[in-house]
Amino acid sequence: MALNNNFDQKYIIETRNLDIYYGSFKAVAGVNMRVERNAITAIIGPSGCGKSTLLRAFNRMNELYADTSIEGEVTFSGQDIYARDVDPVEVRYRIGMVFQKPNPFPKSIYENIAWTARIHGYKGNMDELVENSLRQAALWDEVKDKLKQSGLSLSGGQQQRLCIARALSIKPEVILMDEPASALDPIATLKIEELMQDLKQNYTIVIVTHNMQQAARASDYTAMMMLTNGESRSGTVIEFDETNIIFTRPKDKRTEDYVTGRFG
Amino acid sequence: MIRKTFEHELQEVKDDILVLGSMVEEAILASVEALKKRDIEAAKNILIADRDINKKRFEIENKLMILIATQQPMAHDLRLLASSMEIISELERMGDYAKGIANINIRMGDEPLLKPLIDIPRMAQKDVDMLHRALTAFVEEDVEAAQAIPMEDDEVDALYNQVYRELMTFVISDPKAIERANWLLWVAHNLERVADRVTNICERTIFIATGELKEIKNSDDEFWKQHNS
Repeated sequence: MALNNNFDQKYIIETRNLDIYYGSFKAVAGVNMRVERNAITAIIGPSGCGKSTLLRAFNRMNELYADTSIEGEVTFSGQDIYARDVDPVEVRYRIGMVFQKPNPFPKSIYENIAWTARIHGYKGNMDELVENSLRQAALWDEVKDKLKQSGLSLSGGQQQRLCIARALSIKPEVILMDEPASALDPIATLKIEELMQDLKQNYTIVIVTHNMQQAARASDYTAMMMLTNGESRSGTVIEFDETNIIFTRPKDKRTEDYVTGRFG
Repeated sequence: MIRKTFEHELQEVKDDILVLGSMVEEAILASVEALKKRDIEAAKNILIADRDINKKRFEIENKLMILIATQQPMAHDLRLLASSMEIISELERMGDYAKGIANINIRMGDEPLLKPLIDIPRMAQKDVDMLHRALTAFVEEDVEAAQAIPMEDDEVDALYNQVYRELMTFVISDPKAIERANWLLWVAHNLERVADRVTNICERTIFIATGELKEIKNSDDEFWKQHNS
């Protein structure tokens, strides 16, 4: 049941001919991509092209929504995460997620992390874990004197970093971020982006963003998604390459039109 | 969705570069014409015109900076704007070559030309012809033309070689002619460099259109090998 620990592969997540369905509607079709370990991979594309759906397929988060299914394969360190004997809870524990809107628990800053860790069976020194998680999320210095205050008392940007600290507290290997900065001002956005650069030393990050400049600034690889023109109107990855290439000399005309702001 | 305002501004950049290019073309032809006629007044006017060339270059550079800062260009747009920076600097340097020729003319004072100018005006004409077509290729993003034009650099090099040999004959037969030969050799050298810079513009045009940044090989290296040995 447990996923294997294979750390020597270059790619931590791989998809093969991945289709994702909502009921009978194929929302995402034929995705073959490889997420490099300790890199930041961005997924960009116009609204409704399936970016978030694809992201959520990476840790089986889609299953929390009604009537979703997949065809094809998603592997994590070489293991099929949709295999029968794999526990989706463990998948989400190894592949954490941060959402668009900061969603701290209505508990103290301390408890936001401690409670999460306890649920996942953490038995070690809790103060240490809380401090380490907050430090990794570049939030410790701002909150160390008010750990008992409610997480909801923090600013939006701080709340988002608290959510990142919370995700880090259970020691995931991958962090999926769905528009993590779209509700934040430019300064808070910059802090999240700087934080991502720090985090990639120890984690792999996949980020969905509407903000092309953010993808250009903050990621190593970029996947460009778009709706296909066929009757099915499914979203798919039309180009996947180093971010530097996607934003300076993309190969696909549709990518070119999108990144130069001439889409549609 | 089409970015109308931005498209318009990109077109303006290209138009501006054509204007700068025609100023440079004019300066090159005028500098050689003034030398041919030993017209010092005309040479002084070229020095003044060079200030306008420099001013125009800074004006375009400023526009490019503003576009990059405000429009966040990507992909083809980014390549166009970054390459335009490069191209205006090439053009300005070509303007400096014309200024250099005008300066030589002024410094020659009352000295007559060592010989009537024949190949030197041909070089200038060839330079301007290549430059003009290179800028058309840039505006139209014509890769084929941009690849073909640098091959004509060989003709300019051949003319330079001819001028060089001819001047050396003068020097050998009359060593006192060395300074006057040297002046003309510098003029020819300036004109030879113009064609090299046309090649650089063509490289940028190919980069804008294709995303590939490659040095165009012509026989220039061969030429210098000959002259260094």
